[in-house]
Amino acid sequence: MWPQQFDYQRADSVEGALAAIGDNGKFLAGGHSLLPAMKLRLSTPDQLVDISRIDALRGISRNGSLAIGGAATHAEIAASAAVGSACPALAQACGMVGDQAVRNFGTLGGNIAHADPASDPPTVLVACGATIHIQSVDGSRSVGAQDFFVDLFETDLQDGELITGISLPDCSDCQCAYIKLPHPASRYAIVGVAVCLKMNGGICAQADVAVGGATVKAVKCAGAEAALTGSSLDEAALAAATDALSDDIGDWLTGDVAYPEAYRSAMAGVFLKRAINAAKG
Amino acid sequence: MSARIFGSGIKRREDPRLITGEARYTDDIKLQGALHMAVVRSPYAHARIVSIDSSAAAAMPGVRAIFTGGDIDLAGLPTAWLIPDSDLKTPEHPALARDVARYVGDGVAIVLADNRYQAQDAADAVMVDYAELPVVVDPHEAAQAGAPQLHDDVEGNIAFRWVMGDREASDAVFAAADVVVSERILQQRLLPTAMEPRAASAQYNAATGELTLWCTSQNPHIHRFIVSAVTGLPENKVRVIAPEVGGGFGSKIPCYPDEALVSWAAMKLGVPVRWAETRSENYLTTIHGRDHVQFVDMAASHDGKILGLRATVYAGMGAYLSTAAPGIPTILHGLLYVGPYTIDNVFCESIGVMTNATPTDAYRGAGRPEATFLLERMMDKVAGALDMDPVALRRQNLIPPFEDGYEVATTLIYDSGDYEAAFDKALEMAGYADFRSHQAQARQTGRYLGIGVTTYTEMCGLGPSQVAGAVGFQGGLWESATVRVTPTGKVQALIGASPHGQGSETTLAQIISAELGFPVDDIEVIHGDTTETPMGWGTYGSRTTPVTGAALAQASRKLKEKARALAAHLMEANPDDIEYADGSFSVKGSPDQAQSIQDVALMAHLAWNMPEGMDPGFEESQFYDPPNFVYPFGTHIAIVEVDPVTGSIDLQRYIAVDDCGPQINPEIVAGQIHGGVVQGVAQALCEGVIYDDSGQLLTGTMLDYCLPKADMFPNFELGETVTPSPHHPVGVKGVGETGTIASTPTVYNAVLDALSPLGIAQIDMPLTAAKVWQAIQNANGGN
Repeated sequence: MWPQQFDYQRADSVEGALAAIGDNGKFLAGGHSLLPAMKLRLSTPDQLVDISRIDALRGISRNGSLAIGGAATHAEIAASAAVGSACPALAQACGMVGDQAVRNFGTLGGNIAHADPASDPPTVLVACGATIHIQSVDGSRSVGAQDFFVDLFETDLQDGELITGISLPDCSDCQCAYIKLPHPASRYAIVGVAVCLKMNGGICAQADVAVGGATVKAVKCAGAEAALTGSSLDEAALAAATDALSDDIGDWLTGDVAYPEAYRSAMAGVFLKRAINAAKG
Repeated sequence: MSARIFGSGIKRREDPRLITGEARYTDDIKLQGALHMAVVRSPYAHARIVSIDSSAAAAMPGVRAIFTGGDIDLAGLPTAWLIPDSDLKTPEHPALARDVARYVGDGVAIVLADNRYQAQDAADAVMVDYAELPVVVDPHEAAQAGAPQLHDDVEGNIAFRWVMGDREASDAVFAAADVVVSERILQQRLLPTAMEPRAASAQYNAATGELTLWCTSQNPHIHRFIVSAVTGLPENKVRVIAPEVGGGFGSKIPCYPDEALVSWAAMKLGVPVRWAETRSENYLTTIHGRDHVQFVDMAASHDGKILGLRATVYAGMGAYLSTAAPGIPTILHGLLYVGPYTIDNVFCESIGVMTNATPTDAYRGAGRPEATFLLERMMDKVAGALDMDPVALRRQNLIPPFEDGYEVATTLIYDSGDYEAAFDKALEMAGYADFRSHQAQARQTGRYLGIGVTTYTEMCGLGPSQVAGAVGFQGGLWESATVRVTPTGKVQALIGASPHGQGSETTLAQIISAELGFPVDDIEVIHGDTTETPMGWGTYGSRTTPVTGAALAQASRKLKEKARALAAHLMEANPDDIEYADGSFSVKGSPDQAQSIQDVALMAHLAWNMPEGMDPGFEESQFYDPPNFVYPFGTHIAIVEVDPVTGSIDLQRYIAVDDCGPQINPEIVAGQIHGGVVQGVAQALCEGVIYDDSGQLLTGTMLDYCLPKADMFPNFELGETVTPSPHHPVGVKGVGETGTIASTPTVYNAVLDALSPLGIAQIDMPLTAAKVWQAIQNANGGN
């Protein structure tokens, strides 16, 4: 509970925040990933630039696609009618982060910048093809969620860059769901599965699947998607998708003494089926 | 009044200050000019300290002093439970490691600085050069030949070898028995996790030579005793104050290095010194509980008579022997092996083993949960081996009802019991017979339901001092109390015990109110300060209501007799003609003439008109040494469903019928049972310390160490029977630990019952989904 010394300043604009960040600074939004790390002295920034009150980072809007500000909180996203309609799986995932107090402060931008492999929202962002919008003093760029998450706690974000927003395609014509097996201690995902299905007359026209928790980062599962696409989501297709899923995540699997890789891998298959059932309603 | 207040579920009187944040804990006490202490702790589980360079740290802002092990001229921390006939070794436990660090978290240096941040910054900057040594954390492995050695004077890491019973007689019973079942049981390490971490602040007055130590203690008088011994200060120059203490579960019984170090530093530097642990330090350095590897056998006849129980227990002591540690897996463990059954032959060999891990000591239940678990687990195994209903097996072996003493094979004399009554009540509440048919139907549809039934008794209300002495406890186990009534008729009850969340301020006030008629709101229970309160041995072992409560009842009765005599004198009546009811003394036949207890108290203080030979004042004290332990008992039942696909366990029902004698406050009793059940179920299902092979604590935060959460539990279904203790002034027995003692085997057996169609006979606790799933995979041959 005793971080090293640091300076603090509050930014009024994205430009002001970018100008202030310095060589060993950190952007502070909700603080629910950064501050615990600082308390344990795992993170030792010499200054914090508070971006939580920059209006430009706060909104959620739906105009063709869904646009979420980097500093929108989990609670705002979970409660948003726009998100609930355009990507209900993201609302579900954000509603499962931490507890209400954490969701009231924690932000989606902060969450993905931290890139905890067991966190819930990244899995949905990868499944649903989100785009991450990034700005620095050198300009702006965008990167797909699949490329944004690089490895364990590692992202494409470079020093001095700020996540300004996250956009997702409107998939209100999809059936999507996120479910997880929570770790009994932390309630982070032992495994989390997001699915997004486009159904056409009982046939799955398109399937998007991602797995987190069991893997070092949220992983898009092309093999499982192929097994589901064109099927009626019957038992045989689900079995084939489950088999394919273990290959999809095989290279990225992680585990620990309490919940080893073999268990997480098996549960990814179980929760794929459960997620599909949840998506079908 | 008296009939109403005893047995009334009035609200806990301590709660307003606790839930509004007005309570003052150790770390809330600000001392002018205090320095803050941070402890440099070993990151290695076993390492030689080659050198320490504190020069850079010493030059940092605000740093006033840095000390290492060689600087500290304190006596080692004592072990205060010297179990006899066990070849006990007590390795030196210096407040700071000098040459070798023996667990991750072992202190190697202290930094004193103007504020907490500076102290921690400088502690991080102290450069310690370590040479790593081999590590052993498992108590069974540590006892094997060739294991890494922790202490030169503890050969083979064996700190003691305690034997209960006659080995040859036991072997003979097992050789002749029809059925013998065996199991290796892992009683995993647990983290007590009191809500308030430990803290200590010390102030030394060089002019008077007096040291005041504020600390998180369950037993400030024992702390005073030990701090006096460690510092060399006379005991009457040491004042220990346990302010509000936010839970302990046993972890605030021991005297820790940190408390000795703040005392030493305050004396050395002449300024107050404060320290409070972080939760990370709490998990690394505050004692852990349990940590047994047990090899257990039970013998039975073909028709279900239990003939014998024997166990070899490897009890992990950690790196040093904590204050009471040797007594936990021995006296408080083996003596419970008979439980509520007519088992004529029990045998225990308990081996205390040093390991490169945090020291262990008493954790809620302390030895008795580890005994009750193995007994109840083996009962279910015998039932399985004999193809008997586990309920029928238990019923057949229960000790018949007794009201005043029943001697069992361990030489304990149980005070009173009616086990079958509680058993029947719980079975009826659970609908046991119906459940079995429901379970059979569910199995047809691939659903795995299970039931666990535990009957238990336990010894608590520790305990007769003569017994304490006989078993090597380096203290008495009596309590003392003073009931002091002010001239205006308000009561201060001063007690030597030190409650820290149990609701004793309410329960004990109810006892006094029931005895003397003062309203509860007029009674303050004062505890925790060695200068203010009379001597006592502390709050643990479910002993405060049984022992302190008895002292208060008896002190109250002395006052009542004084009041009766004074009232008679004032009303010019014969004391034999005085009637007492609801706090009022009246003359038989003249109900108009009456003196309230408050009137009498005032007249005793004024002393204008005292009877011949009666001293003024209205205050009585009582030392109370219990003639025996008290033995609460009961039956707990759990119903679970296991998801065979994920291994997840759903605890669907929990029934607890407990008998703690007459309940002073049923709400507080229920609260104690709820809390105990939650902690015990958590041991079965989710809690467990994990060390890696190098002795690093992998469950060092609450993200990894699974504390129980409310949504894991159904509404508990509580029932009670009432069997008074024959030797206690108000008949009560302790209830602080029964939930923890009974619930772990109840839920474990329920889960194993659910899995029995799959042929799964054993899974190490905690029963995490991953372990249950793996067991199912193994049973299915991977399918």
